[in-house]
Amino acid sequence: MTSKPIAPGLFEEGGNGPHLLAGRSKEDSRLVFPLPQGAAGEDFEPVPLSQKGRLWSFTVQRFRPKSPPYAGADDEKSFKPYAVGYIELAGEIIVESRLQTEDFAALKVGQEMELVFEDFARKDGVVTTYAFRPIAG
Amino acid sequence: MSDVYIVGAGIHPFGRHEGKSGLDQGVFAARRALSDAGVDWREIQFAFGGSDAGGNADAVLPRLGLTGVQFINVANGCATGGSALLSGYWAIKSGEFDLGIAIGFDKHPRGAFNPDPEEWGLPAWYGETGLMLTTQFFAMKIRRYMSLYGITAQTLALVAEKAFDNGSRTDHAWRREPVGANVILSSQMVSDPLTKFMFCAPAEGGVALVLASEKRARQMGRTGVKMLGATVRTRVNGSFEVFSPALDIERGPSPTEIASTAAFEMTGIGPKDVDIAQLQDTESGAEVMHMAENGFCADGEQERLIRDGTTRADGALPVNTDGGCLACGEPIGASGLRQVYENVMQLRGAAGAHQVPKDVRIAYSQVYGAPGLSAVCLLGRG
Repeated sequence: MTSKPIAPGLFEEGGNGPHLLAGRSKEDSRLVFPLPQGAAGEDFEPVPLSQKGRLWSFTVQRFRPKSPPYAGADDEKSFKPYAVGYIELAGEIIVESRLQTEDFAALKVGQEMELVFEDFARKDGVVTTYAFRPIAG
Repeated sequence: MSDVYIVGAGIHPFGRHEGKSGLDQGVFAARRALSDAGVDWREIQFAFGGSDAGGNADAVLPRLGLTGVQFINVANGCATGGSALLSGYWAIKSGEFDLGIAIGFDKHPRGAFNPDPEEWGLPAWYGETGLMLTTQFFAMKIRRYMSLYGITAQTLALVAEKAFDNGSRTDHAWRREPVGANVILSSQMVSDPLTKFMFCAPAEGGVALVLASEKRARQMGRTGVKMLGATVRTRVNGSFEVFSPALDIERGPSPTEIASTAAFEMTGIGPKDVDIAQLQDTESGAEVMHMAENGFCADGEQERLIRDGTTRADGALPVNTDGGCLACGEPIGASGLRQVYENVMQLRGAAGAHQVPKDVRIAYSQVYGAPGLSAVCLLGRG
């Protein structure tokens, strides 16, 4: 992580690398992601999620999303399509994420993916967010 | 308890209408429905109305007449129109009233919606990093479905081709030009695997339906179209909905499956009895998946059924006979009522150039949308 996290309580860097943080409901043990913050967070215990999982579904964002809410520093001209997907973390939860790849044609439902930190250029400066990338091989 | 009849139906054509507000289109549709039913606005005992972006629905009152009628504004996301109709259905079924109206209209800005994460109870980063787009949700739902059940991109194109073909014969449709499957497939990719022509667009329009009790309908001599049943259901754990940063591993039924099952149970009829169906087609994939979610086929069967022409106007189960959202656009407050309007016209045999050739006795409609709800209505010839 080289810059400030995009949000508090979204992920952490442990001894063995990055983890997303989920919340386990104190009432019924159901996992939620992201970990609720503020007053809503009182009902949840933070739980670090697995770093690896399988691609559950994906798409490619081909046009620049409307701002707000999108806060990328790019404009219509400099915008580069990016992939997003859901990653199934076995026995835990299916999380939505940006995907770190430019080889969109190679993406396949079921392939192995791993969590990484990624710089995100926001209009007010670079922040750290999370992404999943295909595991080579 | 009384049976409920649709005794009047009116529509303002869908599309883009410079110089006309959403409200103008709602008032137009209401007047058409009243005149179709042959009743005066002063006779109307209740009204349920909804609009997502076209202002307060009850702003139609000064235009239609300040009669003191009880008017209830309905706001229920993409099922706003369906919910207005369901409310009217209950009002008459209960025996409390015998003549009322459901009104829906809208007018949206061009292009994709831009939602505010906070309004949806979501953190700001979700919107900032470009994850909060309805188009992504639709693309990922059909991508998953394609990988599980072998649906091809060609089938998605055939769905859109059929929509534009039906739309070309429908007076109230927005897109009136046929578009071939190859053009659809090679049009601009919006969110893979969905191209520009596979998505519907936000639009404008208005629809109104006059509802009556059996007694009143008989007095009026208008017992042609009966509401057999109507349901609205919302999401449960394990369903896959728009704007979800995470999903449960244990998958659950969709709100559409729940609403559909409930509607069939309530009416005692089954999917095999249905002659035509209007199914939410926000994009081509939605129509494919909704065929199965509403019980009209098994998962994966759509590939063959759509290729065989089963869902075309001249097929065994015509789907989206007026071109659906793909050809009509989606004014949220009016969209679900448009489906029911279309079913009323088909049941009456009054759909003109797009009347399906088969005998229509039972007609089904299902509207689905954010934040995860579905409304189903079953109509029958009275």
